[in-house]
Amino acid sequence: MTDAPHRFAPIQRLLHWLMAFCIVAMLFIGVGMVSTVAPKYLPLILIHKTLGVALLILVLVRLALRLRLSAPPLPVDLPPAIKLGARLSHLLLYGFMIVMPLLGLGMLWAAAYPVVLFGGIEIPALLPQSDRAHTLLWNAHVYLGLAFFALVLLHVAAALFHALVRRDGVFATISPLPQEERVKPAE
Amino acid sequence: MKLPGRPERSSLGALILIAAVLGCSAAAFAFTAGWLSPARLTPDRMIAALTPPSGPPLGHRRNHAKGICFTGTFEANGNGVELSRAKMFVQGSYPALGRFNLGTADPNAVDATVRVRGLGLQISAADGEAWRMAMINPPIFAVSTPDAFHDLLVAAGKKDPEAMAAFSRANPEFAAFAAWAKSAPWTASYAEEPYNSLNSFVFTNAKGDEHAVRWSLVPAATPVPITQAELDKRGPDFLEQDITDRVRSAPQRWTMVTTVANPGDPTADPSRAWPESRRKVQVGTLVVQRIEPERDGPCRDINFDPTVLPQGVRVSDDPFPAARSSVYRKSYDLRASEAADYPRSGAAKP
Repeated sequence: MTDAPHRFAPIQRLLHWLMAFCIVAMLFIGVGMVSTVAPKYLPLILIHKTLGVALLILVLVRLALRLRLSAPPLPVDLPPAIKLGARLSHLLLYGFMIVMPLLGLGMLWAAAYPVVLFGGIEIPALLPQSDRAHTLLWNAHVYLGLAFFALVLLHVAAALFHALVRRDGVFATISPLPQEERVKPAE
Repeated sequence: MKLPGRPERSSLGALILIAAVLGCSAAAFAFTAGWLSPARLTPDRMIAALTPPSGPPLGHRRNHAKGICFTGTFEANGNGVELSRAKMFVQGSYPALGRFNLGTADPNAVDATVRVRGLGLQISAADGEAWRMAMINPPIFAVSTPDAFHDLLVAAGKKDPEAMAAFSRANPEFAAFAAWAKSAPWTASYAEEPYNSLNSFVFTNAKGDEHAVRWSLVPAATPVPITQAELDKRGPDFLEQDITDRVRSAPQRWTMVTTVANPGDPTADPSRAWPESRRKVQVGTLVVQRIEPERDGPCRDINFDPTVLPQGVRVSDDPFPAARSSVYRKSYDLRASEAADYPRSGAAKP
């Protein structure tokens, strides 16, 4: 036994599930809003922009917590390749969470659109209009968004595999439900 | 304690459950994205319907592709404050940037061949808050809904004359626009045209009172009727030459007139005019002071998205502004990515 915690801290678990819900909503809203001309287009894009900026702030808080509070260890018997995959996929998830809102803001700035959020909050432009920058950022936002959804699916699959097949306590480290003491990571 | 890493008998069911969760999630995503709904009216389909048989106008707006930039001011007289708390309605002078344009997908269209003339406008408040609008000269819009507009584009693109006849039967509101297109007098100048919002919006004043409104830019220049046959004799760009010459000799002006709806007026249908007796409020004057070609001009980079609105103005139940925003955005994305096909001529701008 080490001093490492068996579970993520409550604030980390709360942020994980809050952000998970919002990110899935963002991905669905994103592909939904760009494929409609119906009146719902406007509220959807307003939510997408507002939630995107909120998620950018939340991921910075979450990253600070992650660096400050150590994460529970992975089970010792987990094959090294899987462990590497788990580390890389989490790095990628953090990367997407940081990069996606920045790409979204950047593509709006580079198209000279005012970025107005819910409540009339306006984010000042940090980039000048540029056809080339807009195209690059727009493409990156679209294709990385699709890749983000694929990675979220992979993450869900891995979580369910840990929870239902391996039953190795990994899911319990982040589970929103209270855990009984006997459910702890295999060590 | 269970042996780690060794699946139990129940794991087959678990694996099936995992596959089902992933499959359903992916299917829901594909459905939301419209990949399973080819009948959904998407911005891509609207743009496909706007595209002429000769191909898209690469690097240009997908509609109203021919245009020329202007700059000037909006001189608010203060009367608008009673209707909306938009900062641009407080008495004063605000920078204006815009674009005179023709309702065609051909950036090289001959001016005399295009019936609908338009004006895109951005008015900026002192703190940079923007109000964008895109208006046209007919007094009413051609159809009631974005879906009907798509049908119109498809029907008009067909060689078969029966297609338009069938469209007109299915969309009787189109008759009023067709009558305008056939019989309204033409003018030989952008400066002699009125430009109408057609779509309704909701103004909110400082007290929180709301009014559904439409607005028009009414020209100070007197419209001089001219036949299309006479216009045919002019050069292909006579409108651009005319407005350049006029503005060089004197600023050109339009009065912005806001029309306030009565309860029950058709705010959701831009193909239906409101009665002439509705209250009208003159809120200010657009003064056009300088004309610049679009290629290197300040309007080139602006998407005149009519849902870019200041505090105090919001969309109404009219379905068009949302549809226009969605399609204009796609048009902007496309033309920005095709900028190399419409190169700037100016010095070393990357």
